[in-house]
Amino acid sequence: MNNLDKNRLIDTSFKYFGIACTLFGLVVLAIFLVKIVIEGIHRIDWNFLANLPSRRPQKAGILTAWTGTAWILGLTAIISIPLGVAAGVYLEEYGKKNKLTTIIEINIANLAGVPSIIYGLLGLEIFVRTFKFGGSLLAGAFTLALLILPIIIVATREALKAVPSTLRQASFGMGATKWQTIWYQVLPASSGGILTGIILALSRAVGETAPLIVIGALAYVPFVAQSPMDEFTVLPMQIFNWVSRPQHGFVVNAAAAIIILLLITFVMNGIAIYLRNKWQKKVNW
Amino acid sequence: MSKRSEKVIEGGLAFSALITILTTVGILWVLLSESIGFFQEVSIIDFITDTQWTPLFAQKHYGILPLLAGTFLTTAIAVSVALPIGLSIAIYLSEYAPKGYRQKIKPALEILAAVPTVVYGFFALTVVTPFLQTFVPGLGSFNAISAGIVMGIMIIPLISSLSEDALFSIPKSLREASYGMGATKFQTAFKVSVPSASSGIVVSVILAIARAIGETMIVSIAAGQQPILTMDPRDAVETITAYIVQVSLGDVQHGSIEYKTIFAAGITLFIFTFILNNVSYWIKKKYQEKYE
Repeated sequence: MNNLDKNRLIDTSFKYFGIACTLFGLVVLAIFLVKIVIEGIHRIDWNFLANLPSRRPQKAGILTAWTGTAWILGLTAIISIPLGVAAGVYLEEYGKKNKLTTIIEINIANLAGVPSIIYGLLGLEIFVRTFKFGGSLLAGAFTLALLILPIIIVATREALKAVPSTLRQASFGMGATKWQTIWYQVLPASSGGILTGIILALSRAVGETAPLIVIGALAYVPFVAQSPMDEFTVLPMQIFNWVSRPQHGFVVNAAAAIIILLLITFVMNGIAIYLRNKWQKKVNW
Repeated sequence: MSKRSEKVIEGGLAFSALITILTTVGILWVLLSESIGFFQEVSIIDFITDTQWTPLFAQKHYGILPLLAGTFLTTAIAVSVALPIGLSIAIYLSEYAPKGYRQKIKPALEILAAVPTVVYGFFALTVVTPFLQTFVPGLGSFNAISAGIVMGIMIIPLISSLSEDALFSIPKSLREASYGMGATKFQTAFKVSVPSASSGIVVSVILAIARAIGETMIVSIAAGQQPILTMDPRDAVETITAYIVQVSLGDVQHGSIEYKTIFAAGITLFIFTFILNNVSYWIKKKYQEKYE
């Protein structure tokens, strides 16, 4: 075999190796999903969704967990969306290139890389102890809101960047103020991109477990939360609790709860991708 | 609209941006104030040299090394899984794959990153560990290798996506020059493209390492809770993050030394990820505009 053949062989082999690697991740994901569905789908029925937690796996349900997740999702959205979008608007539209905005930018890049469990420690000291929220939904929502703030800010800035400056100039030309221009022109024009970022960030919050464990979310909550000051559990906490138990019945329950959790995250991600594609097509100004 | 309300709005927006600074200040303040309390009771020399970590036992030792070893071991396994696979994917997509594959395959791989980590923990414990047990004799139900491999699968999209971006941004002329000299795609990829995109690839790997160090649920579920100083991937280990979870689930009194250990562990974790994040930020800024 001469050199040329050898190089061609290496070339082709690597091509197939690359295809194999690409498929590897997807195949593993597929195996996993199939395994979970086989293990857990028969456990999902009305009782599973409507029952309180129990020591007996066949009687245990995820009512407190999914209502807790819904509460957390709503509260986190209320706190993080205005703050994140406002911060993004400030940095992109107002922030002149001064030292402060540079520091804020580096800081946001850093915050995005801080492990989520560290946010849990922050939430434990600030929201649970200093603000005396206790291990409540409100403490959890504030902690998760801070965690996803960098994602929303970065997404907002990207979306605002894509709005052409001619749109702003036209609005200024009509006599609009800076804020009127942002509120009536720039934000509506960039809403698709911002919304995509918000949904992705919230889907991240729905899947988080570690910071909520640290702030003291409970694995066993025998009642449905009625107010933001109530103690709570969420789906990932319930899954973690069930996975840690030896009886096989709880493993089945965990698989069933995972199906529900994945359904929520995949639907949210699907909506985000749909919005992104739709928005990208529209953006050709 | 009056000038004044314009100013008020601008102030409100600026305040929102400042929240991010307050968050960082809050993190530093919380970690420092509680760990200063810890280091008043435990000498920092013991903390970094003692080889035992037993704050929850009667015979107390506060050596962080076993937790660091556990963190390092699972991270090393994760990166040795994710780097070859992630980089091969990136090279395949940027050098070999037909046009259009890129836009389809990248979002598909990113599903891997969207799966909640508690789900990966379940996967490691109930699928990967039993599978490994079929050919690794004496492997316990909690071990570093299974958690590490699954963590590696989770960070594949991080490496493949960022590395692919770096490879994609190399000017076409470089590749064409290489093809013109008669090089194969493989030779071009490894002698021209990868070296040219090396800063971006290094950034992707550093971010992946930082992500693996901070990952909590996979190791809490599948790696165990035994802080032993070991480098054997078959052993059960405890990472820094898993220790924080272990204490948080228990009933530890606020203000006690056990309570303060999670902040000492937390600040150790924070220092490592902070350094890694800043190194990657610096590399990105320094080499970003090489080809523009």
